[in-house]
Amino acid sequence: MMAFLNNQGTKNILLVGVGGQGTILASKILSEALAEAGYDVKMSEIHGMSQRGGNVSTQIRYGEKVYSPVVGIGEADVIVAFEKMEALRWLEYLKPGGRIVINDFEIPSAPILMGQVEYPQGIIEALSAKADILVFKAADIAVSLGSARVMNIVLLGALVKALGIEGIDWDAAIRSSVKPAFADINAQAFRAGYEQG
Amino acid sequence: MRKLMSGNEAVARGAYEAGLVFASAYPGTPSTEILENLATYKDSLYCEWAPNEKVALEAAIGASVAGVRAMAAMKHVGVNVAADPLFTFAYTGVTGGLVLVSADDPGMHSSQNEQDNRNYAEAARVLMLEPSDSQEAKDFMKLGLELSERFNTPVMLHMTTRVCHSKSLVELCDRVEVPAIPYEKNIAKYVTTPANSKVLRVKLEARLRAMEEYANTAAANRIERGAEADASEEKIGVLTSGVSYEYARDTFGETASYLKLGMTFPIPETLIREFAQTVDKLYVIEEMDPYLERHVRMFGIDCVGKPIIPSFGELNADIVRSAVFGTETLHETTELEAVVRPPVLCAGCPHRGFFVALQKIAKKQGLIITGDIGCYTLGSAPPLGMIDTCFCMGGSISSGHGAQVALSRTGQDRKAIAVIGDSTFFHTGIESLIDIVYNKGTCVSVILDNRITGMTGHQENPGTGFTLMGEETIEIDIPALCAAIGMKPENIVTVNPLDLAETEKALREAIEKDEPTVVITRWPCILKKFSAQDKEEFDLSPAVCRVDHAKCKNCKICVQTGCPAIYSGAEATTINEESCTGCTVCKQVCPFDAIEEVRA
Repeated sequence: MMAFLNNQGTKNILLVGVGGQGTILASKILSEALAEAGYDVKMSEIHGMSQRGGNVSTQIRYGEKVYSPVVGIGEADVIVAFEKMEALRWLEYLKPGGRIVINDFEIPSAPILMGQVEYPQGIIEALSAKADILVFKAADIAVSLGSARVMNIVLLGALVKALGIEGIDWDAAIRSSVKPAFADINAQAFRAGYEQG
Repeated sequence: MRKLMSGNEAVARGAYEAGLVFASAYPGTPSTEILENLATYKDSLYCEWAPNEKVALEAAIGASVAGVRAMAAMKHVGVNVAADPLFTFAYTGVTGGLVLVSADDPGMHSSQNEQDNRNYAEAARVLMLEPSDSQEAKDFMKLGLELSERFNTPVMLHMTTRVCHSKSLVELCDRVEVPAIPYEKNIAKYVTTPANSKVLRVKLEARLRAMEEYANTAAANRIERGAEADASEEKIGVLTSGVSYEYARDTFGETASYLKLGMTFPIPETLIREFAQTVDKLYVIEEMDPYLERHVRMFGIDCVGKPIIPSFGELNADIVRSAVFGTETLHETTELEAVVRPPVLCAGCPHRGFFVALQKIAKKQGLIITGDIGCYTLGSAPPLGMIDTCFCMGGSISSGHGAQVALSRTGQDRKAIAVIGDSTFFHTGIESLIDIVYNKGTCVSVILDNRITGMTGHQENPGTGFTLMGEETIEIDIPALCAAIGMKPENIVTVNPLDLAETEKALREAIEKDEPTVVITRWPCILKKFSAQDKEEFDLSPAVCRVDHAKCKNCKICVQTGCPAIYSGAEATTINEESCTGCTVCKQVCPFDAIEEVRA
């Protein structure tokens, strides 16, 4: 196989989940903090029908100079799955040796709700054989902090740990991206997620 | 100051900085956020939602004629609607600069087709710019307005989904006000009678030559020599534009030279010829049609492009790399497969009630149900299965009319029912309804009025009572409009779609009539931010539905409503109270009275 010239210095991240889970806010905080830190950053998201129960993905690429805004198959350094089955769906995008952060949380899709098929069993086992995975219940952590809505920031914390990015004031980045009334709980959510990583 | 912006935000910013005064658009993915963002500069400029793209472009043309900088923005298929004024405006030219933003959707993330609107620029003979990222989206918006005035032509800014919806860093500048050009009557320029147009056509040709000459030296068209490009035995050159440039850079890196075109109509022939002479092998990397490639081949230059590079669908670096080098990127797979996650009508969607009511009729009576563009197109999927066609904006009523005439004239006992949303009705559905009334058609028209433009993310429209700039305005009265075009008052019925019996009765009565009939379902989109009027008119108090497992026989009839709040288990059917909104459609279909409504 020919070695390809994929901007070796560029890091690729995928945030995948289901419409309404807050992937876009988490991506926004991450990409703006990276830009603030001096990286070239590109973030790509697909809008449209995702509000109506479809799967959503946000892609972030950062480095010295980034060209494509899109992460291709086998290119993601880290995938954060906000929903368990989405980790399975996006596995092929993971770079061999890459890491998947998985929220142990199930949202059945329409065919499952209708009883036509079952939610796949053994996802964690299947993925652990193929990738370096971190699995935890971000939803439970969010609820224990006082709001299920900060689940996305818990996952952001775990992602930042997985990326090993240094020198960014995440606490400030989070506080400046949410309403003042929710700054504390989001900052706590980030720390709780970071400790999982 | 640098800011991370989407391409759409950057286009709006560019328009603002360039002193734009007027903008009009109809929402459509992936273009919608351009005007939504422009509205944040409403202290400096005017912007509006038009009922459709043709109206949007015509209004922008009027603003240009009156001497100010103007834009119209739309998705690719919107340009089909706006093509009529576009082609003739290319003849007359502009007074104030005018940019038409066309946002194409390669890969059809949220569109009914995939079309390469670069062909429009060539066909209409208007100057075209193609940004690759957000910085260029902003810069080219400004450049477009300048070139429009310099060359006396409308300019097309060609965007694609990835340019519209990906964010990259943009350097911000201040707004520069541009004084209006005083109006001077000029019928030779602006009245396109055949006598005038024949003269304009000749002038257009001269303008094309001038624009082409500019394209050959334009800063937007640049050559980049890769650091290792000259070291290789076979010198590789890449001709590319738009987001494809980014994929090409990730594919060839420093091993190739690039001719990156920011201005792609007129095509810079001299520049392409000169570039081609400096390389041994020329690749043309572009999404969708072989637009650049066709020209390169016409110039007699050999190149590698289609079909190695796919001619449909969206590209990415991986696809380009595989195409060029014949390699596959290493990746993991498992045998376990994820279940598809198709979009569905939301829990509490008012369209569901209508479809469930229609199902009851459709079970016993042959129907052709012509559909339209909107969330309700999802009603075509099982278990609802209540939409048979979807072509274009506003097409449901007219195609339903044609179907009904065909059925009736060939003695087929089948009724046509057209299903259209409120915003789509205002877009181009009204003319279709006029067609039915005028030609004494009998197709039943159903207007699903959910008090907002839903699919694109809740934009105001002529029926909602608010403008894009947030002002209160007159609300079009749909029943009064139907009466005004000649429908009998008794044939215009408004129902609550969440009342299944009422909706079914109205539909049955309409189907039985041999006259033009319309049924309007009126209930707000459940995701909408409710207006004061909504709260007054509709009972939107929080509620949930709950299964009484003592009565439930697990018959799955409620599951057949396709509601995502209902979970069909092997042992029992349950309702997720987190997502349930208490619309009660499931309760109404339950034959065992096993679902109760709990109001907070």
